[in-house]
Amino acid sequence: MTAPASILEVQHLSMRFGGIVAVNDLSFDVRRGDITALIGPNGAGKTTVFNCITGFYKPTTGMLRLTHADGREFLLERLLDYRVSKVAKVARTFQNIRLFAGMTALENLMVAQHNRLMRASGFSFLGLLGAPTFHTAEHDAIERARYWLDRIGLTARADDAAGSLPYGDQRRLEIARAMCSEPALLCLDEPAAGLNAREGEALSELLLAIRKEHGTSILLIEHDMSVVMEIADRIVVLDYGVKIAKGTPREIRDDPKVIAAYLGTDEKAAIEVMEQDA
Amino acid sequence: MTDQTLPAPKPKRAPHTGAAFILKRASLSAAIALVLFSLMIGIRTDAGPTGQLIYWTRFGDLAMMVVLVFAGSILVELGRQWFSARHHAPILPESAKRGLTTLGRLVVPALLIFACLAPVIFYNQRYMLDLSILVLTYIMLGWGLNIVVGLAGLLDLGYVAFYAVGAYSYALLSTTFGLSFWVCLPLAGILAAFWGILLGFPVLRLRGDYLAIVTLAFGEIIRLVLLNWQHVTGGPNGISGIPRPSLFGIPLTPGPNGLAAQLGIPFSPTHRLVLLFYIILALALLTNWVTIRLRRLPIGRAWEALREDEIACRALGINTTTTKLTAFAIGAMFGGFAGAFFATRQGFISPESFTFQESALVLAIVVLGGMGSQLGVVLSSLALIGGFELFRGFEQFRMLAFGGAMVLLMIWRPRGLIAHRDPTLFLGKPTTVSSELVKEGR
Repeated sequence: MTAPASILEVQHLSMRFGGIVAVNDLSFDVRRGDITALIGPNGAGKTTVFNCITGFYKPTTGMLRLTHADGREFLLERLLDYRVSKVAKVARTFQNIRLFAGMTALENLMVAQHNRLMRASGFSFLGLLGAPTFHTAEHDAIERARYWLDRIGLTARADDAAGSLPYGDQRRLEIARAMCSEPALLCLDEPAAGLNAREGEALSELLLAIRKEHGTSILLIEHDMSVVMEIADRIVVLDYGVKIAKGTPREIRDDPKVIAAYLGTDEKAAIEVMEQDA
Repeated sequence: MTDQTLPAPKPKRAPHTGAAFILKRASLSAAIALVLFSLMIGIRTDAGPTGQLIYWTRFGDLAMMVVLVFAGSILVELGRQWFSARHHAPILPESAKRGLTTLGRLVVPALLIFACLAPVIFYNQRYMLDLSILVLTYIMLGWGLNIVVGLAGLLDLGYVAFYAVGAYSYALLSTTFGLSFWVCLPLAGILAAFWGILLGFPVLRLRGDYLAIVTLAFGEIIRLVLLNWQHVTGGPNGISGIPRPSLFGIPLTPGPNGLAAQLGIPFSPTHRLVLLFYIILALALLTNWVTIRLRRLPIGRAWEALREDEIACRALGINTTTTKLTAFAIGAMFGGFAGAFFATRQGFISPESFTFQESALVLAIVVLGGMGSQLGVVLSSLALIGGFELFRGFEQFRMLAFGGAMVLLMIWRPRGLIAHRDPTLFLGKPTTVSSELVKEGR
């Protein structure tokens, strides 16, 4: 059986907050195994799209269909926020890092495996009595956490509080935490924000490796164009809640509308672009 | 996040020293005292013999208070300067610190052995035995509330409601149906847990001050229902004649069936106290054991994660609804156990025992001990309940001395006696997490 080509189909997504239209009739696909980037100027509605996909907002209209490799379909707009992660296997990170600051890096990764461990602990009853099935499950979970700590180079700091780690490490730990929930789709909200050039490169390598070794499809919001152009297979450009372009990095780079949205234009050029559009 | 790593800004101006500065501070304090006390102490009003308002002045007392504040302020300021001058020098040498760590490791076993032997040590001191039972009851309540406030970070001001539910469950079940203490104990816990879930539902979306207000109201509602539902709860008269616990069915009475007669020893009312002591000790240790186990299970980690960041929890697929409800339910269950014990110990309960003051006291125990710390609850229960008894000699100044001690303790250790957090598992060597990083219950 061949897996369906797109993991996520966003169709006619609109999100209004009172009179403000944050996202207006947006449609795009995220292809399985691809790294898809969602870009656009500040306030374009990128994070709103993310919040709709991950269940934090209920879209005003539109459909978000997620299809697993085995063909199971989930309509994300109908799922409760925690079920988007638990059942549909969509993991996310946050623009402003949301680690459990007072818990250690290892504990953060263990919390991410909550649902699996909960089942293994017989919803705490077996675990309370020290059942061996729980011990094996916990051991596996620790091994998985250790694997991801190795991947992000934080094994030495596993027992340090997440809040005490340097900023770049916190960013990577949040990605590792999302990966510990074994997602089908990983949504990253500005993973390179605040990273220096070297850290940005390491992040690109990590994301490419995640895609290659785990087959996880990635959807990311990013402002750092060097990262986007390097790793993204497809790019969707938003401006004022509307999709203004989509395509490969090369196509996007030369798109006059994108350049206009990012750099601004004089009036004449803007009219030209609009005429071209019509 | 980054501003925590920055060093504290150094004052550019000259440090706050010198006689002029001290005098300025002291005069300011004295002026404030003068304004405050001029009406509170300076003028005394009263109702005259025919009901009219009479007043007289006490300017002598007022002057004395202002002078006292002035002098006290100078002393405090001098003390502060003396302290900050030696603040940077290490107070203890390294070897002494290491010794203290070893001593710290011995605290828990020492306390445990002491608790087990307490009835033997205090066998002939009824007062001490009563007091230790009281302290253990509050330790158990503190441990129960610690699950809700310390671990899950849900500020619950109505914890006494579950204590009341447990107490009335046992009192009513035993006096109405004649069930024994050991049958009623789990039932009281289950009923309290049920009420915990019932409280949990409406407050699922609330945090912080709002949660505190609703739980406070819940506690008062339960008390008012107990007060006014006369034909079931007896209203303000309460329930009396609650049966005492038996030891495996053998009553502790002076009769021929009693434990003393069967063992062939002379009857003493202390036997019952000793039994009560060991019951509450076992219940408290059960609470502690369950809490420690749960903390290392996924549910306990989810509670702590909930305290740290609820939105991140949901993004990781944790059902925050059930997680919160289990915290409420389990915390309430232990409150219910403690309540059932309270009822059987007193033999009489009335709504008066379940006022907001009890909730506040238990919360104070948890906060003073350091939120989430099991040992902290023990130490602060000893200090708050036992220490309060120590101040009995001060008569009417007891509350004042006690309040002052609390204020000093909170200045010295703002996050509680044991403020750091112990992680639940390690890859390498055990460490602790500084209290500055751990979120407080809100």
